Parts: sequence; structure tokens; C-alpha cells
Amino acid sequence: MQVNEYKPLIVAFCCNWCSYAGADLAGNNRLAYPADVKIIRVPCSCRVNPMFILRAFQRGADGVIICGCHPGDCHYTSGNYYTRRRMAALFSMLDFLGIERARTRVEWVSAAEGAKFAATMNDFAEKVAALGENKRLEDLRCKK
Amino acid sequence: MQKITREQLLEKACALLASGEVSCVLGWGAGEFGYDVTPTVFKTAEELKEGFVFGDFCGVNFSKYLVSKTQKLEGKILVFLKPCDTYSFNQLLTEHRFDREKVYAVGIPCEGMADIAKVKAIAGEGIVSIEAKGEKLLVTTLYEDAPVEIDAKDVLAERCVNCKSKKHVAYDELLGEEGDVLDSARFDEVARLEAMTPDERFAFWQNELSKCIRCNACRDACPACTCEKCVFDNPNSGVENKSPANSFEEKMFHIIRAFHVAGRCTDCGECSRVCPQNIPLHLLNRKFIKDINEFYGEYQAGAEVGARAPLVNYTTEDLEPGEVFDRRGENA
Amino acid sequence: MLKCSLDKLQALFAKIAENAKLYLPIDNSDGTASYGEWSEGTAWSNALNTTKSPKDFFFPQTEDLMKFKTEGKNIEVIDVRRECEDFVIFGVRACDVKSFDILDRVFLTEPRDSYYAMKRAHGIIVSVACQKPAETCFCGTFGIDATEPAGDVTAWKSEDALYLRANTEKGSALLDKLADLLEEGSDEAVTAQKEKTKKILDKLPLKELTTDAFGGGKTKELFDDPAWDALSATCLGCGTCTFVCPTCQCYDIKDFNTGNGVVRYRCWDSCMYSEFTRMAHGNNRLTQKERFRQRFMHKLVYFPENNDGMFSCVGCGRCLAKCPISMNIVKVMKKIGGNKGE
Repeated sequence: MQVNEYKPLIVAFCCNWCSYAGADLAGNNRLAYPADVKIIRVPCSCRVNPMFILRAFQRGADGVIICGCHPGDCHYTSGNYYTRRRMAALFSMLDFLGIERARTRVEWVSAAEGAKFAATMNDFAEKVAALGENKRLEDLRCKK
Repeated sequence: MQKITREQLLEKACALLASGEVSCVLGWGAGEFGYDVTPTVFKTAEELKEGFVFGDFCGVNFSKYLVSKTQKLEGKILVFLKPCDTYSFNQLLTEHRFDREKVYAVGIPCEGMADIAKVKAIAGEGIVSIEAKGEKLLVTTLYEDAPVEIDAKDVLAERCVNCKSKKHVAYDELLGEEGDVLDSARFDEVARLEAMTPDERFAFWQNELSKCIRCNACRDACPACTCEKCVFDNPNSGVENKSPANSFEEKMFHIIRAFHVAGRCTDCGECSRVCPQNIPLHLLNRKFIKDINEFYGEYQAGAEVGARAPLVNYTTEDLEPGEVFDRRGENA
Repeated sequence: MLKCSLDKLQALFAKIAENAKLYLPIDNSDGTASYGEWSEGTAWSNALNTTKSPKDFFFPQTEDLMKFKTEGKNIEVIDVRRECEDFVIFGVRACDVKSFDILDRVFLTEPRDSYYAMKRAHGIIVSVACQKPAETCFCGTFGIDATEPAGDVTAWKSEDALYLRANTEKGSALLDKLADLLEEGSDEAVTAQKEKTKKILDKLPLKELTTDAFGGGKTKELFDDPAWDALSATCLGCGTCTFVCPTCQCYDIKDFNTGNGVVRYRCWDSCMYSEFTRMAHGNNRLTQKERFRQRFMHKLVYFPENNDGMFSCVGCGRCLAKCPISMNIVKVMKKIGGNKGE
């Protein structure tokens, strides 16, 4: 009999200029990271509206991670500085509402950091898996 | 128990109307039972004399009305602003939401406004009139032969118990004395929730937000919510929704609404005042204010015109989102 | 007239709950009350009114109508209607009972609304006479007697007992099942109770409010009344009045894409909202004044015009208590059409 091992669904918002290229590099270097990480490419990490994050959870994500250029390296000069403030505030609010804090993360991954991308995703997926399914921000209508 | 009287405000309003300085007055209109005061646009001295009131139930923050009224009404508008209203006034000016030239702002002192729910909890139902007498409120009800005497201090609205400032940060003219920024205990309740376990916090908010009927009163009364088309009303936004279809929708609406006003919310407390279900919505806003103060330094929205709000600002040394919990030593 | 002593009230609730789900007003921690399901030990609230009216039981704020599943080119339509079981709503006030008549006019005339009809058929209403009306009450204006509510069973509460009278077959059937806990009671206690309440009703501040200026055929006269401008001047355009109202019955039907199908649901809508009845050409009421006027004209003129003079307000006073700016139907009735309430 086959045992279904629980695998969390992760949504990763990756900025076009650094982190998406970092993911590409991880692939080129054949570095393994969970196949359940779904990457959504955004022009800049600061394109990520808090609504995107909540909607990802609504549609079944168990964890949401935002990856952007390292502070100081933003293609648009300062986009990721705004991301940093917004997400600090938003994640703190989600925690205030009792939503597990390990389900959200921001990580800076450059185009040269394929290994960091893979390691980050592996670590994040592991932490989210430990929490189990997302129950606190789920929308039952979207369950299969 | 307000130090300034209706007569003083009436005299000021009538004088400004008579001199032609202003063409109308945004003030409080009398209701049926003494506490059900309606914001009203008065155009003549006669209308004012008949309907204008001022007292312990005049909590409405007029600042937001200036956005629509300065566009619709001819001439200058006289508006009475309590200290906390002046912060909203400044914040709206910072965001270029109305024409300052079209407003004549009269700052008025405020001793704190009463919460009718607290009055009812003491005096009972069936309130037919309420009269202020010194520090007391005399409440006449259908069920008591004599008026019930209540200490006005005992029925202060939550936002007034935790009043953050008696100082007017904007006005053309000030009636009465200028007050000071106060040390308030307004973050205590937020801190109490923060000290709970995540499970307890989740249960608390699940219970509170499940009461939401999505009447949008919190949004429509909020002086920081002045989008011409709210994302939740826009059928093309993908998140438009008219009802709290389930617990996700409830959380989505309130998280996003609080986030949209984060850094711009002056903590005027209108959201909680208008909520028909008594959800403590101000706690969400105060959580953001408290965090912003802790992460990026003390900031009071609306304290000065033109200030850059913390979430549209940055320094290269800001803390990382992951460090938020480390700072409190909670991420062990 | 049957009677149940108040100390046996919980036993009575338990007995009702054996056969059907029992809902009743329950106190919230914040001083308000709302309808909830009874379980052992749940106390019946003394509150005059719940914030949300019991229309929720028959016309819920959100209700799934059907679901669609697509596979390739096939669309499967799933009917989500299920035969519901009997349920009892206990402690409904006279005004709210009357609101069901108004909702019936909307949902049970052809074409009948099967979702509403099913719940209506299975709901058993136990009304309770008012003893402590509030200043915001004006049900008398609409011909409702707060001491003699309709419903399947009418109840009166005295110092020590609950008096019960069945008004319909459904009501008799319910009381029959409770026979063990009931005894014969005299009408006198009820009559005395009613007299006491009537004395208070006579003192209500809104007692003189009349509907004389309103009703079918008044559209032309009232539509352009200059007072609408001032009345609506500070309306925030929120939906509080419509959502706490027991008779507001407008709804919107929407599709929700779940990612693996579609849920078609309906939800309450409010004529105060800018998106209300939006059509391909846009909105037909562009200003808040028009939306505001629609709400009150509907309740006081259009509805009676189409429903044999029946007004679609029951005077429960919820909008008086809950409007963020305390603008409400009473203030409108006193200004529009020269009705000063004298």
C-alpha cells in the first residue's frame, strides 16, 4: 500500500532580476529543491501586494515566500527596501491574528546564488511541512 | 461635561456665516433621544439655531466629509475639529485629499466623548433624553421615575479613555485652551494580545471577526480610507466581495483594510465606534502603529502636514522581516 | 393557554431540541445579543433585540445556489439544495415575526424562491411578547402589537412562568410534543402582563409617528421632495441599515471561481452601495442621495404600491440604534411629506 506523504504547496514570488535568475541557476546546476514550490515571477519583490499573499493561501498554498535582490542591489534602486518594511509589518500582523509565523518568509537571493535558492526552498518547505496543512487561512470553497 | 458649550459654538458659527467668511457649517444635528446625533450641513443661522447641538455624544470625526464636501459645496466650509480630528485633517492634507483654502477649521477642546452602549449598561434601555450637568449625565428613561445620574467619566468611549492627545495640530482658530499630547495606555490591549499564545490569538480574532456582517461602515467612516473606488467594491479587482462568505473573506477584508491604512491611520477610533457588531477593529490599526513605532521609530500620522508615512519610506538599515520575532526573543 | 414555569425553561429547551434544532437569542460578551443554537445550559437572552434580525434563518447573508464542475468541454451542474430538517426559532419579537410576512411577499410569490421556501416550510417560530420596549421601537406605527406577536406559537413571559399559545398546526404539533412540561395556565396573568406593557408602549417617544404621508401612489409627490438633499448629505454609504434590517431583501448573485470549479452563490446586497444593481451601461443611481432615497422610497412607497399597502418596515428600531451617523427612517418620515410626527 502506498503511503501518501504530506507535501506542502509553496508559492514563491521571485523578482525578475535576481531571484528568478537564481532559481534558474539552481536548475542549471541540478540542485534539488521541492517540486511543490510554485514560482511566480514578479518584476520586483515590491510588486507583491499583501493581497497576493493572502490569495495564495486562499487558493491552497501552505507557505508563501518572497525572494528579491539583496538590499542595495534592487534593479529599481529601492524596491526591495519597501518590500522589507511592508512584509515586516504584514508578517507581524498575520502573527497577531494567530497565523503561524513560519508560513511566511522573505529571503534575498541574487542571480548568482543558485545554491542559496535551493537551500532556502528546502529549508522553508521543511519548516512548512512541520506545520502541516494551512488551516488558519484556508478557504473551504477552494478545497478539492 | 464638555467645557465648551453649544452656545459658544453657535455664536462663532453664526458670526462666520454673517460675515460671509464661510458659506456653510459642518456640525452636529439634534436627534430624537439626545444621543443620536447626526452630522449635518447647516446653511443658515436659522437652521443652526434649530438643529445644531454639541455635547457628549458628538464623537463623529468630520475630517473625512471634507473630501466630498469641498468638491460639492460652494464657498468655504466651517468645520469644528476636536483634537483627534485634527490629526485626520492633517493626514488628508498630506495626501492632497481636499483643498485647504475651502475650509475654515475651528479647533474645539474635548473632554472625551461618551459611549451610548456604556450609558445603556448603567441606565438601562429606553433612554428618552440625556442632559449634561457638570460632571454628570442625567439620563431619563422609560423605566425609571427619576433621571438616572451617571458620572460622565464612567461612560467614556474606549478611544477617549485612552486619549492620545488633547493638542490641536491644525486649525484656523482655536476656541478654548490648547491641550497637550498625552501619555496614553492605548497599546496595552495590543500588548495583552501579543502576550497570548498564537492559538489564543487565533481564537480571539476568529471569534471577533466572525461577527462581521461586511456592512463596510468601518471603511466608509474611516478618514484614511478615501479611495474613490475601494478594491473590495471594484468588480475588476478579483477580490470584490459583498459578503463575508466565510472566515477567510472576513480575515482578508480586515487584514487588507488595516494594511492599506497602516502608517496613515491616526488612531481616531471611528472604525470601532461605528461597528454595529462591536468588533475591536482599532486593535488591528494599533498593532500596526505599535509595530511601526518599535521598528522604525515613533511616528504619529497626521502630527504634521507633509510627513512621509513609514511604509512609503525606508532606511538601508531597516530590520529584516525575519528579525521581527527575533527582536522579541520569540523565535526560539 | 398553556404554561411552563421558568425554572423548567431549560428542560423545555432540551425537549424541543430533542426533535429539532433550536435557535434562540444568546447574550454576547460585548453586551449585544445574537441568535445561536441552543445546547445544554445555554441561557436565553433578555435583550429586546438581536443586532442581526432572524431573517438570516430563511434568507442567509450568503447562500450557495449551485455549483459547476468543468471537465474538458462538459459542464456539470450540481444542485446543492438539500431537504432541510425542522428547526425552531425561539424568542422572536412581534416586529421580526411580521418581517417574515414581508419577506414571504417577495420570495413566495411566483416565481417562488425554492431556497427560501424550503427553509420557511421547516422553520417553526415561537414568538415572545415584548415587556420592555426601547425608545427606538415604533412597531405600532405599522400596526404591530408588541404584546400580541404572531408566529406558530406565541409566548408571554411573566415573573415565574412562560405562557404559550399555539396559533398554527405547526405550533400545536410542537406544543403537543412538550405536553409533559406544560400545564394549563390562566389568561389573567397574560392579560395583566399585556396591560403593563401597553402602558409603556403609550409612553414611547415615537408613538405619534404615522405613515399617513406614505403609501402606494405617492411616488410623484415625494420623489422630488427638497428634503432628500439635506437628509442624505452625510450618509456614509455603508450597508449597516440594510444588513441589520429584518425586511431588506435585496441580494446579488455571484460566481466564485474556486480553482477547480465554480460556486454560484447569492449574498445580501445593499442599495446604499455604489455597485448596487450595476448593469452593462453602468449604475443607474449615481449619487448617494439617489441611493438613500431609493431605500426609503422602497420601504414607504414602492413596496406598499405593489403589495396591497403593506409597508416594508416593521419599526424594530435596529437602524436607529446602529447607523454610524444616526440617520434613519424615523428622521426621514418626520421630514419628508410634511409629516412632522405631531
